[in-house]
Amino acid sequence: MHVDYSVSKKRAFSYIILLGAVTIFEVFFALFGKGYIGGVHLPTFIIVLVMIGLSAFKAYCIVKEYMHMGYEVRSFAMSVVLPTLLLVWAIIAFLWEGGTWGHRREGTVRPAERAAVQVAAPVQETTAPVANDTLKSDQPDAPKEDKPAKGGH
Amino acid sequence: MAVETKVEAQHHGHSSGKDLWSGGHSPFNAPYGKLMMWYFLLSDAFTFAGFLIAYGALRFSMPAWPLPDFVFRTAPFMGHAVLPLVFVTFMTFVLLFSSYTMVRAVQEGHQENKSGVVKWMFLTILGGAAFLGCQAWEWTNLISTENMSIFSNPFSRHTTAGQYLTAEESEVNKIADGLAHDDAHRVSGKAFKIEDPYLIPWDEAYAATEAGALTKGYLRREFYVLDENGARVKDAGGKDLVEAEPMGPRSFGTLFFFITGFHGFHVLSGVAFLLIVLMNVTSGIYGARKNGYETVEKIGLYWHFVDLVWVFVFLVFYLI
Repeated sequence: MHVDYSVSKKRAFSYIILLGAVTIFEVFFALFGKGYIGGVHLPTFIIVLVMIGLSAFKAYCIVKEYMHMGYEVRSFAMSVVLPTLLLVWAIIAFLWEGGTWGHRREGTVRPAERAAVQVAAPVQETTAPVANDTLKSDQPDAPKEDKPAKGGH
Repeated sequence: MAVETKVEAQHHGHSSGKDLWSGGHSPFNAPYGKLMMWYFLLSDAFTFAGFLIAYGALRFSMPAWPLPDFVFRTAPFMGHAVLPLVFVTFMTFVLLFSSYTMVRAVQEGHQENKSGVVKWMFLTILGGAAFLGCQAWEWTNLISTENMSIFSNPFSRHTTAGQYLTAEESEVNKIADGLAHDDAHRVSGKAFKIEDPYLIPWDEAYAATEAGALTKGYLRREFYVLDENGARVKDAGGKDLVEAEPMGPRSFGTLFFFITGFHGFHVLSGVAFLLIVLMNVTSGIYGARKNGYETVEKIGLYWHFVDLVWVFVFLVFYLI
């Protein structure tokens, strides 16, 4: 399946315009959704869904046109494309695993739970800051990932 | 061209039935090298996917994660201007454009037009080199200006609302304010909301102090923890609860440098391969083969793949 030279030349140009336009829209949408433009804050899942959709579309365009997969023998194209479907499982499984890992992480307090835990917390060495020696050590709030994940359960 | 036409004719002559696979034909109607390039790229796609999925899993497991449009808000020659995602969008365009020039080189190759191949491949190499230059700037900025490394990450987001202690109340906040380049970056007394991003400043002199030694020079500013009504949270002893800004998740720095570095290494080796192929094109050996500059097509596949991976690196690190 060979396309005429002048047709494929035009097509390559129209696809670079399309890919550029989608990229500009992605960045605009990311900044718009996070309130940099227009002051609107969209829910995170909407931003994420739109971004994933647009990126997948860009990937489709690159593979189909630039890598010429749309013009190869179908069985050849499928031998490359179908195995990547395994990644759908991998993404779901590992993100799920990451979430579970986060909930089991000892000492992890999520933003929503934070205030309640603070009130109930045992006495720490925290004192009203008055003098130079109140520069605190790492201990009370060391980087969370340094603490070992709670095993078992 | 002639060879391809012949193969195609064979393929269409046997497009159904077992004899297509019984030898003597090219069932996939593609040269061996191109086929193997595709399967290499498939395996490389899984490698990159593994890294990006690891990023996702670690991000999901952390209580706080840096905000991309806060981390990547600087651009060369723009000083302290806040330009979220602007520079990295420019980088994306550089790579996209080099992908376009690569397509054109392959098309000219199919036309057996040597000077066209040379011209477009040269532009592709320039694009690749420009991308690497941009990445070098980005890395340099993150490492030496903002002090992010594979071991420590000063970027994070607040997990509570709060109000910074004033410079009088906190020695660390006083030093940090002294480092601020303008009023907008002095924190003392300022309030912040939950999920607001922050960058922990770094000071050489503070690193030399006894207190600084504990945090390796990162000025972890202190704040009163506020509840959802804006009142100060008390500790069990009835005093105002004061905390220091925790360092961001260490894995953010590790993953950023590892994954963008792995991609950058692909770009670097792509530029090297493109240079080699370009030299062979100019020497005329591909033209003599009369196979439509098949090697240019194969290295083109690799180059588009590098662009394809960047689409997802851009998505995962910068857009979400």
